[in-house]
Amino acid sequence: MHAINDRLIQLALLVLIFGGWQFGVTAGLIDPFFFPAPLDILKQIVAWIINPGFYKHVSITLSETVLGYVIGTALGVGAGVWLGLSRRTARILDPFIKTLNAIPRVVLAPIFVLWLGLGLWSKVALAVTLVFFVTFFNAMQGVREVNPVVLSNARVLGANRSALLRHVYFPAAASWILSSLRTSVGFAVVGAIIGEYLGSSAGLGYLISQAEGNFDAAGVFAGITVLAIFVLIIDSILDVVENRLITWRPKEGERPA
Amino acid sequence: MSVLARSVPPVSVERRPDPAKPMVEIADVTMAFGDFVAVENVNLNVGDGEFLTVVGPTGCGKSTILNAVAGLLKPAKGTVSIDGQRVTGTGGDIGYLFQQDALLPWKTALENVELGLMFRGVGAAERRAQAMDWLAKVGLAGFEGRYPQQLSGGQRKRVQMAQALITRPKVILMDEPFSALDIHTRHLMQNELLALWQEDRRAVVMITHDLEEAIALGDRVVVLAAGPRSRVIDSFEVDLSRPRDVAEIKLDTRFMELYRNIWASLRGEVEKSYARNK
Repeated sequence: MHAINDRLIQLALLVLIFGGWQFGVTAGLIDPFFFPAPLDILKQIVAWIINPGFYKHVSITLSETVLGYVIGTALGVGAGVWLGLSRRTARILDPFIKTLNAIPRVVLAPIFVLWLGLGLWSKVALAVTLVFFVTFFNAMQGVREVNPVVLSNARVLGANRSALLRHVYFPAAASWILSSLRTSVGFAVVGAIIGEYLGSSAGLGYLISQAEGNFDAAGVFAGITVLAIFVLIIDSILDVVENRLITWRPKEGERPA
Repeated sequence: MSVLARSVPPVSVERRPDPAKPMVEIADVTMAFGDFVAVENVNLNVGDGEFLTVVGPTGCGKSTILNAVAGLLKPAKGTVSIDGQRVTGTGGDIGYLFQQDALLPWKTALENVELGLMFRGVGAAERRAQAMDWLAKVGLAGFEGRYPQQLSGGQRKRVQMAQALITRPKVILMDEPFSALDIHTRHLMQNELLALWQEDRRAVVMITHDLEEAIALGDRVVVLAAGPRSRVIDSFEVDLSRPRDVAEIKLDTRFMELYRNIWASLRGEVEKSYARNK
């Protein structure tokens, strides 16, 4: 019963916000130049969806996001596990990592365009720099917080270094790494979109920047909405992946016997 | 049933341990962490098939001795040998029963039990069959697919027992293995442990702060002094017949006599330790 009521309230809120907004625009209370009517935004989205050319933009942004995400995550996990295991290397590299992490990533975009051109890879590079650090810090933390008793037990049972990595360190770090994967999806999209926005000829970021150039607020809002849906879909896919990978973690309500 | 029965080692060949043959030799061992000396000049020999229990006040460095035997810690001075081989690191022929939960939480009961065999390169089918046998042995047939979080404290201890014993190690080390269990579960587990041990009669070093447990399980009880710079101060033979029932043996007059004697020795150290940590 509660679940249904909650859904009804959510629906009512949605209608209230967008209905009020739509009403405000038609009644002349809200300037549609800055806040276009929800129906106009919807029309723009529908116009995009039925236009085959739109999917080229989506697929380009998607490939940039996925590539940036996969490369950034792989590098982050690798470096994180390595520095988590080797405290000395971590100590030596610490100031460099902190400095690199302190650079606002957006300012790197022009440099990546210089190095890699206006195409796909400059956006991927930007996404990688954003994703890397999130995953890196989480993987390092995960490896460092391995239960020492479990580790001793595995060693006594005869695990060598590579067996320890595979059977103890990686699974122990997995929940940390996975939680960072959720956060970094958002970052991968941000990297791709900002890269496109600053200089490109295709992609959702390009669509938004075009609309902005034409003072087409409806287009900008439509682009934002499409992006939000885009991230929500990726997020729900990760949900499924996470539940598959960490079956050993007790689910809510399933307490130990 | 026949699948299980096939891989059980032949029971008829009973191991006849030679108590005169030292299985664990701890020679002049000092364990230190920086300037802190936990134990100093400890000499202990454990014969083949002997069940040695070590008692001492909390914080006297009992565990560090076990960790040296396991190869987890290096002694600052002295040597540890198992069956004449000097211990230089982990991976020796030992089983270790930890006080805390030491199971890998991301592996099922079955996967946990077969770990030791897997690390030794035993094939998948063979180790699976043996692990199933061991789970049955500790009374957990049917629980092989459960993760540690889905088992009770006592069940987790049973899995740990199977995990530590499946490789049939020459030496079994135990660090207060049952201290976290309630008293009834503890008695059950102690009896099961004794039954399992009786089958194979390996050398055991068990650390405990529970003197009753030490006498009920051990062939010999060694008393450690209060730390730091703890050392062995006394050793008592436990001449109680086997097999024993842990709950009933406590009513035996010989048990009570031993208890009085060892407590007389241990009490002073417990008081010293208490005064230091107050």
